[in-house]
Amino acid sequence: MRLSGRGIRCMRGGRDVFSGLDFETCAGEALAVVGTNGSGKTSLLRMIAGLLAPAAGSIALEGGDVELTLPEQAHYVAHRDALKPALSVIENLLFWQKFLGGDASDAKGCLATVGLDHAIHLPAAYLSAGQRRRLSIARLLTVRRPIWLLDEPTNALDRAGQSMFAALMIDHLARGGLIVAATHMPLGIITRELPIGSAS
Amino acid sequence: MTALAALVRRDVKIALRVGGGALIGVLFFLTVVVLMPFALGPDLALLTRLGPAILWLGALLASLLTLDRLFMADHEDGSLDLIVMGRVPLELACAAKALAHWLAAGLPLVIATPALGLLLNLDATSTSAIGLTLLVGTPALTFTGMIGAALAVTLHRGGLLLAVLVLPLSIPVLIFGVAASEAAIGGFSFGAPFTILCALSLISFVIGPFAAAASLRHGLD
Repeated sequence: MRLSGRGIRCMRGGRDVFSGLDFETCAGEALAVVGTNGSGKTSLLRMIAGLLAPAAGSIALEGGDVELTLPEQAHYVAHRDALKPALSVIENLLFWQKFLGGDASDAKGCLATVGLDHAIHLPAAYLSAGQRRRLSIARLLTVRRPIWLLDEPTNALDRAGQSMFAALMIDHLARGGLIVAATHMPLGIITRELPIGSAS
Repeated sequence: MTALAALVRRDVKIALRVGGGALIGVLFFLTVVVLMPFALGPDLALLTRLGPAILWLGALLASLLTLDRLFMADHEDGSLDLIVMGRVPLELACAAKALAHWLAAGLPLVIATPALGLLLNLDATSTSAIGLTLLVGTPALTFTGMIGAALAVTLHRGGLLLAVLVLPLSIPVLIFGVAASEAAIGGFSFGAPFTILCALSLISFVIGPFAAAASLRHGLD
């Protein structure tokens, strides 16, 4: 499986954020998108996720499921964590498991993996920022998708959480998965850097 | 199908829990209708004559009240991104969200109608006729209002824009809803306006999800 972009140009509010960006990444590899604030890291992830149209250029996936589009094979973990405060931890996770469909694994087991098994029935409104992030990570585990698009995934995580997540990413890559992450901090795994914005 | 059922169940559950806003619409409906006799005076004949219009206007305003949260809440917490990315066609996901919204916010208005009919001196036949028109007509309000809710999300504008966008679209529903109710009360032909009302609902089921999905797909950034 190979994800590539050619001559991508990003315009936000009539201003060029970046242009002529090429990238390529293969199964088993993690691509770290690095750059200053406002350099377009999140925009690039949203373009890959199909949520934002590039002003020029194209993004293509080779070797994926031919029946599905690129966004349908991808998980997207963003700053906003898609959790409903009124629903409990397990209700939030089970909803995404049913809605996203595909190969589902045991939701309670996933919560145990991310260290939320003691808070299964707690409404998500009472979770801390780090716990919310852990619940978003559980979503990555509960439905298998080959491509993970991660926007500052380790931001709110404590040190134990970061090493837990690094182990999960290594496991995902070993299964032939692919990761594109926008980050300022080292993710704790071997990554290839893609500098964008003024740095490129 | 499980994905859509999960979406409907989640939205109904959120609406019925604390802070969900499902009850707000019914309470608003109740307040508007209760205020009318105070404003119009104790003339029972007048209240009976204006009854269908008052109930329909109350239901229209009450259904507008909660409509802006239909996509806005999902947009604010990032759920909408995942729904757009999902394997479920966005049109069906929009329809599922509108159905859930109607179950939580529209259906209670229909259920409250018999009690409110008493306050407006309406007899059993009139109340059941109005209840029936609301049962058929409120889904049309939700499904046309969904277009406005999707536009409000993509234009980053809240409630007031929604009211301005949606109220003109609901004029036909209001006309035929009130016409069918008054026909039933006055003993005229109930069938013709009621059938048109049903047709308007069916049209909104088709157009609403497609228009809302198109707006969401092109407007997100």
